[in-house]
Amino acid sequence: MKLELRGITKRFGAMTANDNVNLVAQGGQIHCLLGENGAGKSTLMNVLYGLYQADGGDILLDDRVVKFSGPGDAMAAGIGMVHQHFMLIPVFTVAENVILGHEPTKFGGLLDLESARAKVREVSARFGFELDPDAIVGDLAVGVQQRVEIIKALIGDAKVLVFDEPTAVLTPQETDELMQIMKQLREQGTAIVFITHKLREVKEVADKITVIRLGKIVGEADPSSSANELASMMVGRAVDLDVEKAPAKPGSATFKVAGLSAWNHAGTKVLDDINLEIHQGEILVIAGVQGNGQTELTEAIIGMHGKTHGSIELNGQQLIGKNVKQVLDLGVGFVPEDRTEDGLVAEFTIAENLMLDRSDRKPFAKGISLQLDVLKKFAEEKLKQFDIRAQGISSKASELSGGNQQKVVLARELSRELSLLVASQPTRGLDVGSIEFVHEQIVATRDRGVPVLIVATELDEATQLGDRIAVMYRGKIVGIVPSDTPRSVLGQMMAGISS
Amino acid sequence: MKQSKRTPLALAILSFVGLWLWLTAPTQVTTIQTTTDTDIFALPSFGVAASLIAAVAYAILLVTTAVSAWWVIKLNHKTPRWVVLTFGIALVLTILVDLFAGKTMPITSLLQGSLALAVPLIFGSLAGVLSERVGIVNIAIDSQLLAGAFVSAFVASISDNLYAGLLGAVIAGALVSWVLAVFSIKYIVDQIIVGVVLNVLIVGLTNFLFSTLLVSDIAAFNQPPRFEKILVPLLGQIPVIGPVLFNQTLIVYLMYLAVAGVFIALFKTRWGLRVRAVGEYPKAADTVGIKVFQTRYISVMIGGALAGLGGSFFTLGQVGAFGKEMTNGAGYIALAALIFGRWNPIYAALAALLFGFAQNLQYGLAIIGSDVPSEFLLMLPYALTVVAVAGLVGKVTGPAAAGKAYIKS
Repeated sequence: MKLELRGITKRFGAMTANDNVNLVAQGGQIHCLLGENGAGKSTLMNVLYGLYQADGGDILLDDRVVKFSGPGDAMAAGIGMVHQHFMLIPVFTVAENVILGHEPTKFGGLLDLESARAKVREVSARFGFELDPDAIVGDLAVGVQQRVEIIKALIGDAKVLVFDEPTAVLTPQETDELMQIMKQLREQGTAIVFITHKLREVKEVADKITVIRLGKIVGEADPSSSANELASMMVGRAVDLDVEKAPAKPGSATFKVAGLSAWNHAGTKVLDDINLEIHQGEILVIAGVQGNGQTELTEAIIGMHGKTHGSIELNGQQLIGKNVKQVLDLGVGFVPEDRTEDGLVAEFTIAENLMLDRSDRKPFAKGISLQLDVLKKFAEEKLKQFDIRAQGISSKASELSGGNQQKVVLARELSRELSLLVASQPTRGLDVGSIEFVHEQIVATRDRGVPVLIVATELDEATQLGDRIAVMYRGKIVGIVPSDTPRSVLGQMMAGISS
Repeated sequence: MKQSKRTPLALAILSFVGLWLWLTAPTQVTTIQTTTDTDIFALPSFGVAASLIAAVAYAILLVTTAVSAWWVIKLNHKTPRWVVLTFGIALVLTILVDLFAGKTMPITSLLQGSLALAVPLIFGSLAGVLSERVGIVNIAIDSQLLAGAFVSAFVASISDNLYAGLLGAVIAGALVSWVLAVFSIKYIVDQIIVGVVLNVLIVGLTNFLFSTLLVSDIAAFNQPPRFEKILVPLLGQIPVIGPVLFNQTLIVYLMYLAVAGVFIALFKTRWGLRVRAVGEYPKAADTVGIKVFQTRYISVMIGGALAGLGGSFFTLGQVGAFGKEMTNGAGYIALAALIFGRWNPIYAALAALLFGFAQNLQYGLAIIGSDVPSEFLLMLPYALTVVAVAGLVGKVTGPAAAGKAYIKS
């Protein structure tokens, strides 16, 4: 089947998310839609899938114009979608999830789960998935859940299959397996639209590449183009993806974690005997698939995690037992993984956010009154220094783009004397330009002789930014290795296999 | 993963209640009366010494606690439900025999009264199940019951037709739940707040109409006919449970159908799968073409209709006339039953029966003149709920999207 999007335009208020977008996907081809976060890729696919109504343009299937008023219509027309955030009900079984929306029934409207199971077995055998139709989806590993999502799309006899950022949650091994599945689907004649911002994957599977920037198609590229060429098209200027950094000159190990374990509210062990050291002037990256204890580790360091056991030492001082304020006062800078939730107060101004942790002391406070003129001067200086693009220091944090929000957080954390920097996924969801800036700031902090701990979920970032890499799996450190360790070895470690 | 030791611990602590009951058990004989006049054959009444029952029951408590501990610690499994159930029955039985020591315990009439009190609770908890399963928290069960009670009495009185009264109750309950649905789904108001407001609103409205309208001509407006009991042949003649379950009014038989119907509809049909999907993850349901809003309206309103039917039991099934605030907070107890019953219509109905039993026990004891303060007994079911929800039931999680409005982008 041939899918064509012709002149699709979609506006949200004054913002144009898709501007006259054209795209053609053929059966038996993998068509990559490449663009940065916020470039309008997902909006376009939601239009295609009937979740949004386009303000202009047409969708054509085999040269016939079709109209979708909802996802049901799109599915009926043979379009399947593997969503970035899986559209699966965690408490349902695999079979129940797969049939949802077009359930087979028997006499009297009763569900025919038996034929649903048979269908799941049949399709999963075709792709070698080995899915148990009666397994509860919430109990399955993320990679397996994605297969359920794929089967769900295939069972409706999809001729066009859209993968929306499918590798964000996968380990490198699972990613490789997904690439194989995509190739297999291509062999069978399915038209595949693969949305991503990861250049490595594009180069591996794409037959055709379309690059989208700020809602507009900027051109097509050849799969043989270099990563830097593709990135430049994506960003609209020349970019250098490599992190510029001199070799580390590690000093003494001032940050030491020994025998650290932690438990969550349900009593499950989330950190299991963590041991690591970070030297002054060194970046240690914690790599691993999201949800393997990285969040808990940063929380434990900062004093936010409830039940912990073991030792965390900074310059000879024990951090366990101290509250967040005491830890921060020892010179720990913290960039949380969710900046809008934990890093900023959205309804506060930039200036207020810049002094959140210091609002009770000099020079921002004198007695019970805030020194607003001091704050103004400080904030204006930081705005310039960190290139925060905003109308002014009185703009609310919620009005800023993700990249600028992150710059505010960094400006606050880096503007005091640090003895340790902890940054969790500092470039998540940022555009390439902001990523460069954040990386520069982190490397500069390292070069000032501060030990730095970074949590990264993307291997590329881990290997480029880190001086050493510690891989976490299920609350344990699988191993600590140099940053030039091959991807395949790191990938295996991320799946829990120690080298 | 290690199993939580909460269940055996809770049982062990509760066993001390059994020990205390045994040590303080009176030696008098409790006479247990099981017959009513409709039985095919009469079982003789018999007497047992309370202290003997207490001793046997305490032994059962210890054994079941040990079994539970063994299951969790040695086998690393959850405590099977039958162990907890046996424990519960043994404990309740001891307390009963103890309370009725030296007196006659009329089992059949105790159970009959319990069921009567439980009927509106069961309808109410079904309304809650249908509503929360689709993602709308229903605090307004009480208002739906009350509206059903009022309208059924009024309509049945003016039309002199019981079935018209039932129909009125169904429509009234559905209308109240429609208001809940509109505000929750369309206007995205906090569902708890809408629920509380509805409860207060319907109390005010029915009180007002009662004092201005119903009282003005009681014979015309508030003297509905009442449903007669229907004895089911054979089934109704089974000793003990026959007269309890199968010599009842039409509303009670409708209740049996409703419990089974809601269970089958929710867990065995296409419609139910979609309802549960919407209550767990509406966006996922939306992406497979399920109409989220429509599903929510329908399920909430069917629930409201059932609650309205339950409300009619207060008037057409029992008292015969509407009284101010006559639900007496039954909607809130139904809510507790639904959580205790883990959003499952059958378990919720059983929990409602338990609450009805505890409430009725208080009346039974008042009649025989027990020296246990009635307030204490009235408290018992709720204290039990807290213990049960905290320890015995384990982690209770309702539908994931309950209480959250779905905003289509």
